[in-house]
Amino acid sequence: MRVELRNITKRFGPVVANKGVNLTIEPGQVLGLLGENGAGKSTLMNVLCGLYSPNEGEIQIDGQSVRFAGPGEAIRAGIGMVHQHFMLVPVFTVAENVILGIEPVGRFDHLDLTTARSEVSRLSAEYGLAVDPDAIIETLPVGIQQRVEIIKVLFREADVLILDEPTAVLTPQEVDEFFQIVRSLCEAGKAIVFITHKLNEILDISDRIAVIRRGEIVGTGDPKKLARPDLAEMMVGHPVDFDVARAPFVPGDVILGIQDLTVLRDDGAVAVDDISFQVRSGEVVGIAGVQGNGQSALIEALAGLRRVVSGQVRFDGTDITQASPRERHRLGIAHIPEDRQRAGLIGTFTVAENMVLDSYYAPPYSAGTSIDWGRVHTDAAAVAEQYDVRTPSVHTSAAHLSGGNQQKLVVARELSRDTRFVIAGQPTRGLDVGSIAFIHERLMAARDEGDGLLIVSSELDEIMALSDRILVMFKGRIVAEYAPHDAPVDKGDIGLAMAGARV
Amino acid sequence: MSDMTDHATKGRLLGRSKVEDLVIVPLFALVAALILGAVVMVATGVDLATIGRSYVALLQGSVGSVNAISETLTAALPLVLAGLGLALGFRAGLFNIGAEGQVVMGGLAAVVAGVALGDLPAVIALPGAILAGAVTGAFYAGIAGWLRAATGAHEVISTIMLNLISYRLLDYLLRTPLIQKEGRADPISKSVPEVAELPRLLTFLDPNLRLHAGIFLTLAMVALAYWLLFRSKLGFEFRASGENAVAARFAGMNASLTIVLAMAIAGALAGIAGANQTLGVLGRATPGFSAGIGFDAIAVALLGRSHPVGVLFAGVLFGALEAGGRQMQVDAGVSIDLIGIIQSLIIVFIAAPLLVKALFPWGFRRDQTKEGGS
Repeated sequence: MRVELRNITKRFGPVVANKGVNLTIEPGQVLGLLGENGAGKSTLMNVLCGLYSPNEGEIQIDGQSVRFAGPGEAIRAGIGMVHQHFMLVPVFTVAENVILGIEPVGRFDHLDLTTARSEVSRLSAEYGLAVDPDAIIETLPVGIQQRVEIIKVLFREADVLILDEPTAVLTPQEVDEFFQIVRSLCEAGKAIVFITHKLNEILDISDRIAVIRRGEIVGTGDPKKLARPDLAEMMVGHPVDFDVARAPFVPGDVILGIQDLTVLRDDGAVAVDDISFQVRSGEVVGIAGVQGNGQSALIEALAGLRRVVSGQVRFDGTDITQASPRERHRLGIAHIPEDRQRAGLIGTFTVAENMVLDSYYAPPYSAGTSIDWGRVHTDAAAVAEQYDVRTPSVHTSAAHLSGGNQQKLVVARELSRDTRFVIAGQPTRGLDVGSIAFIHERLMAARDEGDGLLIVSSELDEIMALSDRILVMFKGRIVAEYAPHDAPVDKGDIGLAMAGARV
Repeated sequence: MSDMTDHATKGRLLGRSKVEDLVIVPLFALVAALILGAVVMVATGVDLATIGRSYVALLQGSVGSVNAISETLTAALPLVLAGLGLALGFRAGLFNIGAEGQVVMGGLAAVVAGVALGDLPAVIALPGAILAGAVTGAFYAGIAGWLRAATGAHEVISTIMLNLISYRLLDYLLRTPLIQKEGRADPISKSVPEVAELPRLLTFLDPNLRLHAGIFLTLAMVALAYWLLFRSKLGFEFRASGENAVAARFAGMNASLTIVLAMAIAGALAGIAGANQTLGVLGRATPGFSAGIGFDAIAVALLGRSHPVGVLFAGVLFGALEAGGRQMQVDAGVSIDLIGIIQSLIIVFIAAPLLVKALFPWGFRRDQTKEGGS
């Protein structure tokens, strides 16, 4: 099945999300769709899978013009989407999730699971997915859950699969396995649209690449003939420098000391299991690991947001195990939360309000009981400028900024004061290349000024680019440690450690 | 730079949609409610002439004379006061259903304090009585706040229960010797001495005009609530916690303290609303003197979009409906319950802006700007 997008334009009010897009999706091929966040990738794919109807242009399937009134019609036409955020019922089995919405029922409304189970097994075998139809979703690792999403789409007999940022949740090994699956789908004649902003992956997997910027296709090409810098330039619109500039590693005294730290998850399970490590001034310690191995709980415990069950956290010699978040803030500990939307920002608040979210309570922003908004606005404008937060004014709601600008706002708030230690969780997740480079630069500047940094990221490349020392977390423990400045580190080794292999 | 112009346009359109939200939607909601109210009257066998007469009476009774305006404002004051408290709570993410109980406790405490301070000059007795109402209301609401902060007990449940307790507590206290009027067997409090009364303001025009000094108190509270919400540190914490409790906690704000303070301040305002009634209108406390003010105030706070100025206007509207409704009953013989129906319909329409926009499409910008996906 060959799908053609012809001259698609999609507007939201005055905002043009896609402008005159032409794209052909060929059976048996992987089309890599590359673009920064906010470039219009998702909108385009939502047009294709029937969630939005385009203002102009048309979709053709095998030369026939089609119109989808909703996702249901697109699925019936053979176009299925695997969303970045899985849409699975955690307490249901694989087979139950697969038939959700199209439940085959027999007499007396009896649910017929038998056919679904055998069909899941068949699809699983055919494409090498290795999924047990009777497994409960919440017991499965994310990588397998993703395959369930793929089975869902295959079960609905899709010929075109749209994969939206599919590798975001996977370990390097899982990514390799995932690529195997994508290739076997291609061999079976399926057409794949692979959406990503990661250059390496798109070069690895695609048969053809289309780059989208500001809603328009700015280039298409053959991955064998394209180089990384060219693609990046196409995507961003200007040349990109990939290397993180770093001064020589000059570690100072120990600033943060963690001793036998144990922290629980909300449900009482052990999240951080008796770990100890130290961070020195002027040192970046990177925590690598697949999401969900205790990194979030570790960060929250260090920021004073999660109770420490046992063990001790010392900052510059003082015991801060029981200190409140505000006390830690006063000591010069900055915290860039993992989830900027949920924890880093208040979307309905203005840029200025967000800029003082953790410093509003003291001079110069307030004296006595009231806040000096005049001062807040002037300072916020200056800091926004300094940190390249692109906003029409400081009175704009944070929710109206792009992801990159939102994150730069959080980074600006946290780093624009006198800091001594920086805790950063997924500091560049989902951001565009330009914002990533900017944020990396700022983090390295903090290091070079003598701050200690603890960076948690599920992007191994990011950990490797920034860290002076790398710790790998698996099931709440530190299972491996690397010092790149002593000896070169092999990415594959770290990947194995992330997956729990003994090193 | 086209990026920037996009944002600028967006900003302006947002301004427009704010106006729609705050002014046009409520206005059309009122119109729609009045129309549907007429339909209800037709359905219950009221003839068209009477319907016409009742709406004329509604207008006359609310704004048609000095007396009407005085009645409208008198009815509006406690609604605005209690509504302000609820609005603060809503902003802090607390759905406080307990204004009714706080009005009861505050109103009663004001009477008790007023009686106790009856021998002192008015400059002490009156503020003392109001303060007693505020403190008692704050304490009563603070219970629910503390339960929420310390144990996680949801404030909707605990405040509803505290309302029920307050009614029975009132019945009981009104029969205790300290409070009950001498020589009476029924539950009724001693009368508020003159020094503790909120003086009537328009008696020079007509001794029957009931508008009292509570209006100054109310306007002062509107200003105070505005300052608190948008200028003070505490208000910043309230709004942050209400909009995104996780981010507020991550920014170092103390969630428990915020909850207790927001509830206490809401209770203080509801307590002042109760004091406003007992000291300004009723002159004593009787069973059921709160007359559902605390519940109507929820509607007022919602209609006013939890904004102090919005609450002021919404309270006046509800006061007008109440005063006009009484006139409607007298002139046209239409049940006052119809006013309850119209008030409820307004809220339903406010809560369903899309419905209002569908009913009056020409009142709104056609091209709806949705946030574009990435």
